[in-house]
Amino acid sequence: MRYEFNWSVLWSGQSGSWLLQGLLTTLEISALAWLLAAALGILSGALRTVPWPPLRAAAAFYVEFFRNVPLLVWMFFWYFGVPPLLPGAVQDWLFNHGAEFWAGMFALGVYHGARMSEVIRSGIQSIPRTQFEASQAIGLSVWQAYRLVILPIAIRLIVPPATNESLNLLKNSSVALTISVAELTFQTRQIETYTARAIEALTAGTLIYLVLCVSIAAVMTRLERRFAIPGLIARVGAG
Amino acid sequence: MAEPAIAFRLVNKFFGRLHVLKDIDLTVAPGEVVVVCGPSGSGKSTLIRCVNALERVQSGEIVVLGESVTSAGANLTRLRTQVGMVFQSFNLFPHMTALQNIMLAPLKVRRLARAEVEKTARALLERVGIPDKADNYPANLSGGQQQRVAIARALAMHPKIMLFDEPTSALDPEMINEVLEVMTDLARDGMTMMVVTHEMGFARRVARRIVFMDGGVVVEEAAPEAFFASPTSDRARQFLSKILSH
Ligand SMILES: Nc1ncnc2c1ncn2[C@@H]1O[C@H](COP(=O)(O)OP(=O)(O)OP(=O)(O)O)[C@@H](O)[C@H]1O
Ligand SMILES: [Mg+2]
Repeated sequence: MRYEFNWSVLWSGQSGSWLLQGLLTTLEISALAWLLAAALGILSGALRTVPWPPLRAAAAFYVEFFRNVPLLVWMFFWYFGVPPLLPGAVQDWLFNHGAEFWAGMFALGVYHGARMSEVIRSGIQSIPRTQFEASQAIGLSVWQAYRLVILPIAIRLIVPPATNESLNLLKNSSVALTISVAELTFQTRQIETYTARAIEALTAGTLIYLVLCVSIAAVMTRLERRFAIPGLIARVGAG
Repeated sequence: MAEPAIAFRLVNKFFGRLHVLKDIDLTVAPGEVVVVCGPSGSGKSTLIRCVNALERVQSGEIVVLGESVTSAGANLTRLRTQVGMVFQSFNLFPHMTALQNIMLAPLKVRRLARAEVEKTARALLERVGIPDKADNYPANLSGGQQQRVAIARALAMHPKIMLFDEPTSALDPEMINEVLEVMTDLARDGMTMMVVTHEMGFARRVARRIVFMDGGVVVEEAAPEAFFASPTSDRARQFLSKILSH
């Protein structure tokens, strides 16, 4: 028995609009989660290197707690566990505005923030300590030293691993289908259910993820070159 | 006598159990140039890093320009705007041009107007002899040029005291003089300086006093002529014979 491909299922009926909806939702949830992850990652990654032990400990707790529990569990936690703890008005708003989307976004963002934190921390720790001392010696406060010297250098150094982590985030957004966020994977499964065309639907989904990841990687490579620190990249490349 | 620019009073410093500064009593007068020398590990870097509070001490007091650096409420930002520091490894910020390196602290710490800051920064580059390198990144400067930018960066805050920690040790021989010349000019202009260096020619010409350290102790303090002609301690004699033989 031979499987007969029927690619037209992808644009006949509602499939096309489902795929597009799915793509947009994936982009939306990933972009928002990425912003959250970047903010949490930079903040906690930086705090893990500051001269104050209590702040270091708090940041370490965040990282270890969130990255050592599976993302799937966090999805359920943010969807089922958190809303009942919120004030009634917020709950009402959430359930009228796609609670599953916001739960999924927080789950992704907070989980990947913890992973991004490790990337940022290793970037900061690869900067010689003398850069921090030089910042202090000219009178910058610790906050200014991080904002003006340490982080701008660290962020340029970590573009490759951060890109990797961002692609993981994008791919992991598919886990949100477990709390019925209608993202790309959710929609390909819906097409599969309606058309019984598993291979076609999955191929479409796969290709879209592939194109997204390749484009993001290309953009990040350009950014890396654009903002490269003269001398530093050459040394990394040579080493 | 005028109040000293820097005064160490019975200062002790430990790294864990390692006792690196032992009962240091030392004063530096305004406008004085003091060269600190001694064998590796004797505590020279630690000594001058205490002056701008990059290191904290466990006992004793350090007073800089009339204010205690070692008391709990010391205003470190104010202190560091008055004390410039130059490191062995230059430590320029690699993501900023020479000019941006020099402008950073006046803009962000003193919050002066950009036009004024840039004018001062360009004048400083002129003063250290590389006005044409303003837009170069550190990676595109020679070691000697980087160190001169680092000196300009420290001078941009109009410090009253300059600390130098082996400023020429990382330089190729042909670049050492260009940096020493800038330092000599500074000294001539009346800057108070503490300089850790093994450049004994510079010490002879520029220093008012040599401080010789060994094992965390100030073993000997003397005017350069006296120190080089007849060091009183055996350790200083040994050190000098090693350093002057090549
Ligand atoms: N951050 C630190 N932690 C622990 N020990 C340190 C630290 N910094 C310096 N030391 C130790 O303190 C002692 C004095 O160091 P210091 O750097 O002041 O010596 P130095 O005279 O400047 O030596 P060199 O000529 O090699 O630069 C050395 O034994 C050194 O190993
Ligand atoms: Mg030293």
